[in-house]
Amino acid sequence: MKTWLVAVISAAMLIACGQQPSKTPATADTGGSRSGDFGPPQGEPVNAVLTSPPLVPPPTGRHAPAKVIVELEVREVEREIAEGVKYTFWTFGGTVPGSFIRVRQGDTVEFHLKNHPDSKMPHNIDLHGVTGPGGGAASSFTAPGHQTQFTFKALNQGIYVYHCATAPVGMHVANGMYGLILVEPPEGLPAVDHEFYVMQGDFYTVGKYREKGVQPFDMQKAIDENPTYVLFNGAETALTGPNSLKAKTGERIRMFVGNGGPNLVSSFHVIGEIFDKVQPEGGTHPQENVQTTLIPAGGAVIVEFHTEVPGNYILVDHSIFRAFNKGALAILEVAGDARPDIYSGKQADESYLSEKVGDLAPVAAAAEAKAAGKLTKEQQVAAGAVLFKGTCSVCHQDSGQGIPDVFPPLAKSDYLLKDPKHSIDVALNGLSGKVTVNGKTYNSVMPPMSQLNDDEIANILTYVLNSWGNDGGVISKEDVQKVRASTKRAEGAAH
Amino acid sequence: MKRRVILCWMMACAAATAFTATGSAPQRARVPGGTFATVLPPAAEQKTATVAAFDMDRTPVTNAQFAKFVAAHPAWRRDRVARVFADPGYLLHWAGPASPAAGTERQPVTRVSWFAADAYCAAQGARLPTWYEWERVGAASQTVADARTDPAWRQAILDWYAKPAGKTLPDVGQGAANFYGVRDIHGLVWEWVLDLGSMMVSADNREQGDPNTSKFCGSGALTLEQKDNYAMLMRIATLSSMQASYTSTSMGFRCVTDVGARP
Repeated sequence: MKTWLVAVISAAMLIACGQQPSKTPATADTGGSRSGDFGPPQGEPVNAVLTSPPLVPPPTGRHAPAKVIVELEVREVEREIAEGVKYTFWTFGGTVPGSFIRVRQGDTVEFHLKNHPDSKMPHNIDLHGVTGPGGGAASSFTAPGHQTQFTFKALNQGIYVYHCATAPVGMHVANGMYGLILVEPPEGLPAVDHEFYVMQGDFYTVGKYREKGVQPFDMQKAIDENPTYVLFNGAETALTGPNSLKAKTGERIRMFVGNGGPNLVSSFHVIGEIFDKVQPEGGTHPQENVQTTLIPAGGAVIVEFHTEVPGNYILVDHSIFRAFNKGALAILEVAGDARPDIYSGKQADESYLSEKVGDLAPVAAAAEAKAAGKLTKEQQVAAGAVLFKGTCSVCHQDSGQGIPDVFPPLAKSDYLLKDPKHSIDVALNGLSGKVTVNGKTYNSVMPPMSQLNDDEIANILTYVLNSWGNDGGVISKEDVQKVRASTKRAEGAAH
Repeated sequence: MKRRVILCWMMACAAATAFTATGSAPQRARVPGGTFATVLPPAAEQKTATVAAFDMDRTPVTNAQFAKFVAAHPAWRRDRVARVFADPGYLLHWAGPASPAAGTERQPVTRVSWFAADAYCAAQGARLPTWYEWERVGAASQTVADARTDPAWRQAILDWYAKPAGKTLPDVGQGAANFYGVRDIHGLVWEWVLDLGSMMVSADNREQGDPNTSKFCGSGALTLEQKDNYAMLMRIATLSSMQASYTSTSMGFRCVTDVGARP
């Protein structure tokens, strides 16, 4: 109560002194469009800097309303939506999402929409940041090989989606015709170290997820709201691998995250981070300390966070099957020194006995025998059998036959038996990517098993080499030591 | 019900005509008159359109055919055409002002304005088809007069829409003949229609529920029917984006004549 009174008094003093608060207090009303007209544009017209995702144009750095000229070209392009899968995207500026546009509140924007002569379709643009019927749609309806012009004043600050609104609207949006326009508040946004542009969209192809070849748009799936792909920035690999977003520890990150739809709402989440600040729905007043933020189709948010711990941070739609089965994954790689005071990494991984694991006595017996220098192959196999059941059989199965097309067999595996020592490396460091086993190709991920000690790995592998018809061989603790010493221990080994 | 019976009877006639016509393969195919459900109703209360019998070019007009016309009517050469009748893209892809590139003679002519197409048809003693005439033929598959509810038919058309333009066009006549014996009505080029100016739908199609009547010409406020029929809606959207002087790399045309008025 007392603090409230103080706040009221100091606010009253501010007004009494005739001072303008330099920054809008979080609870104040900005006045919306009624307060967004700062008069006619001043100075020479400015050409807007447009960027392709994930880049964001630099701050406008202006302190007076300007006339800003935006030239955006529509192109219909065929490119990869996933590895080996082609799709015809309709784009604003050649990319999905379209070019990022950045203006300042009060700017007068002269908008030129150009439809490339090779386009088959007419297109237009509806900018959610426009005050006026259709958001510019009717004024920007443009035939192939033509260009149109309209002008608007950006009265409301915020982050806004733009999209094509030509019939059939859903299909134009489903083909990637959306992007973001940022209308900076008059004082600009606080400085950060990185600004990124990410936009989610759902895609509908005739073929199944990752079915190779050229995939046409499937109208019925779109009407049924049953997407084949849910993607960040229009392709499964747009923000992964070499295309990952990159930052360092100790940096401030701002992401402008939009959702083009056409159908789905996004539960946007960054695994391993908490948003220090979110401007929900792209609005002005921030929310703090948010785990997952909802982004409506045709909406956007600004999220901000600070990086502390190095590693990969995965952006997902936390409607999680979309992330793992439809492609809604992106990666932010944060480089820097480890911060064990904040996050330790794995500190322990000890046996936890469920009913699946039998008597661990053979493991102990083998370890003792090894220490005494009296270990036999039979003891190794017995210990390995117990450990295998607890660690390996989930994927490779109790009888080593694997799971067809998913996890390769160990029983009579030509891959294993042609170089048994290589299996040490696989156990310690994991294996991902394509391998051919007994004539069949497998493409999955085995995590590193480096949490197992040298005895355990030696015993498991000896068990594997002497089971299910495999023709023998022994892996010793020393063999494992040698390999472990020569390879960097994988960080944060799974299991 | 009665109307459906009549329609069926007429379809049978059409099938018979198409069948007998293929032997000698005259330039145009006979399309019988009739009434059908249209995606562009002529009035709020009237969901059907009626057309009289007409004869339609079996294939779109080719570069070679158009070159012959330009030779006879040099005012339509790209270096002489009045800008008000054709935009700067007019015949821009041709090798010379009056000659298409070698090897493209049998491809459909594109980058022609509505005015040029209209003049070409007039020179043949013909005219452009109206939207309803085009729609009647465009609704047919190879086997039925109205395939618009057939998902496979719709998808086949959408597949063509998904292919970017700008690549070399195939020659005309390679598509299968449809119910009326007309080829390439889908899958090759967009086609001009005679009443282009009266079929302007709102540029922002989300306004259809509450149309701003000032944006509509001709017969008043139009409401698109069959909103799930993207195959047809996209053609209408494309036509409505074009003005009569516009040209595009995927816009061609064909001509029709009224029955009894053939030259």
